[in-house]
Amino acid sequence: MRATSSFLCTLSFLSALLLGASPVVAQSSTLEAVKKRGQLVCGVNTGLAGFGAPDDKGNWTGLDIDFCRAVAAAIFGDGTRVRFVPLNAKERFTALQTGEVDILSRNTTWTMSRDTSLGLNFVGILYFDGQAFMVRKSLGLKSADELKGASICVQSGTTNELNLADFFATRGLTYRPVVYERLVEVLGAYANGRCDAFTTDSSQLIAERTRLTDPEEHVMLPDLVSKEPLGPAVRQGDAQWSNIVRWTLFAIINAEELGVTQSNVEAQRSSSNPEIRRLLGTEGEYGKGLGLADDWAVSILSAVGNYGESFERNLGQGSPLKIARGRNALWKDGGLMYAPPVR
Amino acid sequence: MTGEGGKRWLARKTWIDAAYDPKMRALAFQALLALVLVFLFVEVVRNTAANLEKQNIASGFDFLARTAGFDISQTLVPYTSKSTYARAFFVGLSNTLLVAVLGIALATVLGFALGIARGSPNWLASRLALAYVEVVRNVPLLLQLLVWYVAVLRALPMPQGALALPGGAFLDTRGLHLPRLVVENGGGLVAAVIGLSLIGAAWLWRRRRARADEPADPVDVVGRGLVVLLPVLAVLLALKATLATPQLGRFNYEDGLSIEPEFLALLIGLSTYTAAFIAEIVRAGLDGVPKGQREAAAALGLSRRQALRFVILPQALRIIIPPLTNQYLNLTKNSSLAVAIGYPDLVSVFSGTVLNQTGQAVEVILITMAVYLAISLATALLMNWFNVRTAWAER
Amino acid sequence: MRISTAKSERSATPFETWGGKLRATLFPTLLQSVVSLVLMALIAHVAYAFIDWAFIRAVFTGSDGSACRVEGAGACWPFITHKMNLFLYGRYPEAELWRVHLTYGLALAGVVPLFVPGVPRKPAILAYVLLVFPLLAFILLSGGVLGLPLVRTDLWGGLLLTLVIATVGIAASFPLGILLALARRSELPFVRWTSTAYIELVRGVPLVTVLFMASVMLPLFLPPDVTIDKLLRALVGVALFSAAYLAEVVRGGLQAIPRGQYEAADALGLGYWRKMAFVILPQAIRLVIPGIVNSFIALFKDTSLVLIIGLFDLIGIVEQSVQADAKWSSPQTAATGYFFAAAVFWIFCFAMSRASAALETKLQVGARS
Repeated sequence: MRATSSFLCTLSFLSALLLGASPVVAQSSTLEAVKKRGQLVCGVNTGLAGFGAPDDKGNWTGLDIDFCRAVAAAIFGDGTRVRFVPLNAKERFTALQTGEVDILSRNTTWTMSRDTSLGLNFVGILYFDGQAFMVRKSLGLKSADELKGASICVQSGTTNELNLADFFATRGLTYRPVVYERLVEVLGAYANGRCDAFTTDSSQLIAERTRLTDPEEHVMLPDLVSKEPLGPAVRQGDAQWSNIVRWTLFAIINAEELGVTQSNVEAQRSSSNPEIRRLLGTEGEYGKGLGLADDWAVSILSAVGNYGESFERNLGQGSPLKIARGRNALWKDGGLMYAPPVR
Repeated sequence: MTGEGGKRWLARKTWIDAAYDPKMRALAFQALLALVLVFLFVEVVRNTAANLEKQNIASGFDFLARTAGFDISQTLVPYTSKSTYARAFFVGLSNTLLVAVLGIALATVLGFALGIARGSPNWLASRLALAYVEVVRNVPLLLQLLVWYVAVLRALPMPQGALALPGGAFLDTRGLHLPRLVVENGGGLVAAVIGLSLIGAAWLWRRRRARADEPADPVDVVGRGLVVLLPVLAVLLALKATLATPQLGRFNYEDGLSIEPEFLALLIGLSTYTAAFIAEIVRAGLDGVPKGQREAAAALGLSRRQALRFVILPQALRIIIPPLTNQYLNLTKNSSLAVAIGYPDLVSVFSGTVLNQTGQAVEVILITMAVYLAISLATALLMNWFNVRTAWAER
Repeated sequence: MRISTAKSERSATPFETWGGKLRATLFPTLLQSVVSLVLMALIAHVAYAFIDWAFIRAVFTGSDGSACRVEGAGACWPFITHKMNLFLYGRYPEAELWRVHLTYGLALAGVVPLFVPGVPRKPAILAYVLLVFPLLAFILLSGGVLGLPLVRTDLWGGLLLTLVIATVGIAASFPLGILLALARRSELPFVRWTSTAYIELVRGVPLVTVLFMASVMLPLFLPPDVTIDKLLRALVGVALFSAAYLAEVVRGGLQAIPRGQYEAADALGLGYWRKMAFVILPQAIRLVIPGIVNSFIALFKDTSLVLIIGLFDLIGIVEQSVQADAKWSSPQTAATGYFFAAAVFWIFCFAMSRASAALETKLQVGARS
């Protein structure tokens, strides 16, 4: 029996190694699990300036990061109670599906197949993007139609890779795809002249351009070849959790529309505008419907500010990227940002 | 067995005694192991099914018939973005096999040269070969691939300033551009003639071998070469085949046969790395041939090279071949590092792009693993067959 | 010593002088002389090119890549010196670096005596290296207990991560490999089949696919809501992979043990596990030490593959800095960065292979006397 028991010991050791590493007690509700853990776990990009990138000290910044902090603030009243898990393109969906992260906030394009066959639910659109091409200025190109026969760098497994193929197939043009798994490789290859053009979402192109030695030598072609609505996603099957994440997004958009900012949020609680009073929980019990405190939006805004503030800080004039609001302006200002009312 | 003994045997048959019976213990132990394995397997399948079900994640192999929608830079099998995922799989597989076969050929040549140099009486040659082996073996292959790809091939000029090579070829940061043979609507015929010629050459070779155990003489080698070359040339001439030389277009060299730098880097990296291991195997094989054989060859008046060719190598090969096959398999498996430098091999196309586009991680990774496993098992079977054959030939 | 004796025997009497030896080894015939001269020219050329690149034309100072962007500049050394901390520790907090250094110290305290001849209690030291040290290292590096601030594994990187993966991989795959080897030679058919199937299965697939499996498939295998750390998943993958190769090496050793040893142990009335632990394995493992060290070297080199699943070991972090840091981009940044990483890996692997060769010689001498 000695043999058996020592073998059993080994096996149980092995299975402990496999199974028991950091078990989270089975929870039906994501909110319960997050509260119990005391921390929100957010899947983010491994490093994309403006959306989600760590500095050399491991501090994260970006629009996607702010959104995670906003959700953490809504739940805990504290925007720092969030842990960021950097995910590459391959891991991102599995990580969300299996509960490794609670939210995927990683500049991910909302598409039908992702929404319906990957076990995810996209909750809204945080950034309206479109795919573009970057080329060397010296080539003197005016449009992407002139890229016949060019070598084009693209990241594998993205919607960009598919749009690129469609773009050239519909025009009957040939091109040479140069495909890499990781974005750093794509940038490195473009910078070194392995390809004539680099294609990805335009916001990413702007961010990547700042990482080139001579950003002024590179231009973006005017063509936008696709719709890339980027937004946070959650697991399917937990309506309460999707509501929390969705309404966090609506809260920051509504706040901008109502003129509630990080600095004036406390003062605005006593505003006479009923819309503001409902958003900030002075009137009504809207937080309760989400399973949160009624001042949930106050916490969000104190932590990260409204959508416009976050945008300007990470992507706009307050950032090295200097991206204009464009389609991401509020609907009132001719953009597409529109949130249902709190009532 | 006496009646008394039978009684004792009966008395021993309590369950405590059974626990000490080695046979019973062995049986129980194995049953337990089987139970644990079955439990683990069931648990994994149940969990996976539950996860997929709960999250409404698509499963099954239907995706293989769907349109892939992406392009691949190097395709040996006809492929466009309208092709299916299954076809993308074959593109990846054929690219893996291509780099593996060429890599094996190059690594063998280089490895044998280095291994023989290791045993060379020339002190410089043997030390240099040793230095090569020690440097290359002790640096990760992934790093070597990056060195070849990023530090060496990326340092080449842009197409506008490409290096012109003899014979109308060009080398630039987009790869190696070679002249291409163009045969107007007769490609199939050429392939058929090449195939037939190869079969003819093989048949000649076998016939010779069956007739006499003498080493091949140069005239014979030339003869075999002609069997292959002449018909091909004749057909090509008849079909008015032309050479298309690479021409610089607006962005790239066009018309010629372009070999992508990813392929070059992977091929060079894999073969130089594996050659270091093959060199050590060859050296061990040569050392493994008894010293008396060398002396006997010398006594027969054979030169050093003749002794190597006709006496030492044939015997060393029997020691060399099993570990050599292992290295061939390693090279094939290592070709999966292509994913780090963007060569569209099986892992990079299928476990990379297809996995990301479909999200069906389980199916995709299982298929990929099964392919490598099949290659390994097939090679193992081939090796066994080979071993049996050589054992028979040697008696 | 042995080599020199062999050589003097070979070159025997006619050449007693250095010049004679030189002529005998380098210029015995016209063809050999030509080969030697060509090789000398080659060595001189490569050596000069390297010295020229690494020293003469190299850039030694600068706070960004602009100094290295000069036409004709050689190696860009400030790239290495400025990023040294990143390369060595990843993003491990600076204030906590003493913990890493202490861990290295603890490792050296175990490994060095293991290879120094004459130090007593080798088995105890081995037990420390394989059992106690990993635990200590984990507590120190990860913290969260005993008042040490928690440092999450996603901040670990560079050489630190390389060493963590290699050490854990070795410590976990060694016992597992032995167990698999024993199982493959077991008399119980089912145990034997299981082990054989596992070993052949793992050896038949590339490590990359095993790592992919660990990173995207393993989470699906676990019960819903059970998650494990990404680094741990990679470690499990590396250890399970390496164990199969190690098992084959150990099996070679087991096969080489004469049947008499097994029978003698049986005659002493030892049970299976005692027989293996005290009689067979010590001899078998001694026989295959070079093979085992080779497996460890292979594992150490293989740690670099975690780059593919998004962990930043030494090569991953060098590669990221090379490809994506515009501040430092220059024609020679890549070559310099890769040279640095290659040198680090080479030193570790070469040291391991030398140590194993020394150990082998020592054991052989011991066995003979």
